[in-house]
Amino acid sequence: MDFIAKYLPYLLAGISVGGQYALIAIGYTMVYGILRLINFAHADIFMVAGFIMVYASASMPIYLSIPLVIVLTVVLGFVVERVAYKPLRSAPRMSVMISAIGVSYLLQNTAWYVTGGLAKVYPTIPWISDTVTFMGCTTKRVTFITPVLTILLVVILVLLIKYTKIGIAMRAVSKDFETSQLMGIKINTVISMTFIIGSFLAAVGSLLYFSNYATVTPTIGAMPGLKAFVAAVFGGIGSIPGAVIGAFIIGICENFIKAAGLTTFSDAFTFALLIVVLIVKPNGIFGESTSEKV
Amino acid sequence: MSNILEIRDLTVSYGGIEAVKGISLDVPEGEIVTLIGANGAGKSTTLKTIAGLVKSKTASIKFMGNEISGMTPDKIVTSGITLVPEGRRVFPNLTVKENLRIGAYLRKDSLEADFEYVYGLFPRLKEREWQLAGTLSGGEQQMLAVARALMSKPKLIMMDEPSLGLAPLVVKSIFDIIKTINEQGITVLLIEQNANMALQAANTAYVLETGRITMTGAGSELLRDERIKEAYLGKSKKEK
Repeated sequence: MDFIAKYLPYLLAGISVGGQYALIAIGYTMVYGILRLINFAHADIFMVAGFIMVYASASMPIYLSIPLVIVLTVVLGFVVERVAYKPLRSAPRMSVMISAIGVSYLLQNTAWYVTGGLAKVYPTIPWISDTVTFMGCTTKRVTFITPVLTILLVVILVLLIKYTKIGIAMRAVSKDFETSQLMGIKINTVISMTFIIGSFLAAVGSLLYFSNYATVTPTIGAMPGLKAFVAAVFGGIGSIPGAVIGAFIIGICENFIKAAGLTTFSDAFTFALLIVVLIVKPNGIFGESTSEKV
Repeated sequence: MSNILEIRDLTVSYGGIEAVKGISLDVPEGEIVTLIGANGAGKSTTLKTIAGLVKSKTASIKFMGNEISGMTPDKIVTSGITLVPEGRRVFPNLTVKENLRIGAYLRKDSLEADFEYVYGLFPRLKEREWQLAGTLSGGEQQMLAVARALMSKPKLIMMDEPSLGLAPLVVKSIFDIIKTINEQGITVLLIEQNANMALQAANTAYVLETGRITMTGAGSELLRDERIKEAYLGKSKKEK
């Protein structure tokens, strides 16, 4: 019983944070899958979602501010793509990446300007922030909600990509822009859809993540964003199930490192893991092998 | 018979180089028209411009009497033109059936009858319905590319080198299908390096050399032309 009492909280925290990483990681992996772009601004969109909640909840009830956070984050993701990436569609990939870094700093600086650099206290969302006890271990309800909600959303997303017309179009566009156009697919619509889905999931992720972490700062997106990105690479960038599994593995491992008393090294571990994975399996666990690209 | 497609003064430049230098051509409705020429003569560019993938500043392209030059590819597909691209370009990560569904992307009506129709033309595709297109053989991929194009219910189907890289027997079956499709009322605009097969199949042929049309005539006529024989059919006068 001692063993469970000691490690269960870490396991629960790991699964929970893993789910939150997963929701961010999907945005990275889907955008990469279609545009071959590492969207550096994604972590900052996640951060902005946190601030929107802070300000929205100050002036309206929670049941209105949650949908508002989701809508505004989705709009932000859509606008960023239209303004910063779409005009560079035929430019070298490096230019788009630099544009992404630019957007990332723009969002961070804007957040500094608006908040004055102070950490803002994240509102307590009733019910999901409530304390619950599970097998003698005390935690917030969000710990249990996160993995359930994450898996539910991922299943919906996978079904959408597998069976709907827009899903098939997304897979087609990810392989071949020109031929997709010949089929009558509007490339820009499909790309926008990808950013909308990615931002939607990042907004949901932010609601869950910040419910656990109490405050929002302009640079807070960096660490979860980076870990979500590592999860996406770990799982095989471009693969949605890969990103989700990668995120859960990273979340759980990170917390077991903490359990072992090595809290200081828990972030370093994430990146060491990335290096090892890249050496052993350069395409990640579910990554497509590069040989298939002609 | 009226022309389904009329091109006037088509000029296309890529990065300052003129790939197509003011060509004009007519495609009569219900015919098979072929455009032959060497590599780099501008054949693919011509088809891509008709499909809307490449923009031409000067051209007039009339399809069934309507100007389509400058339209986006989706509008052109809706108007009834489809292009089977060079090298087949099936989506390797999609199943055969999904490739066909994506071919009918802009259609809102039921597709069941069309699946039956293309599976009737290509029974092999029916057998491989659930297989990923990337696992098909070259010939099967070409069949899929043609079937996918037919799913948009085109009035004009353009084909870019359908025989490329295929075994002679497979080439023959592809050309048989082209004739079948044509007999069912779909106009065909075909470009080929395999001039022999193309000229045999075509009612009208155009010869394109470095961006200009240098000869026009009935397919059978060009097949007997000495210059064509020498340049494209690999037979010189001496060999005879």
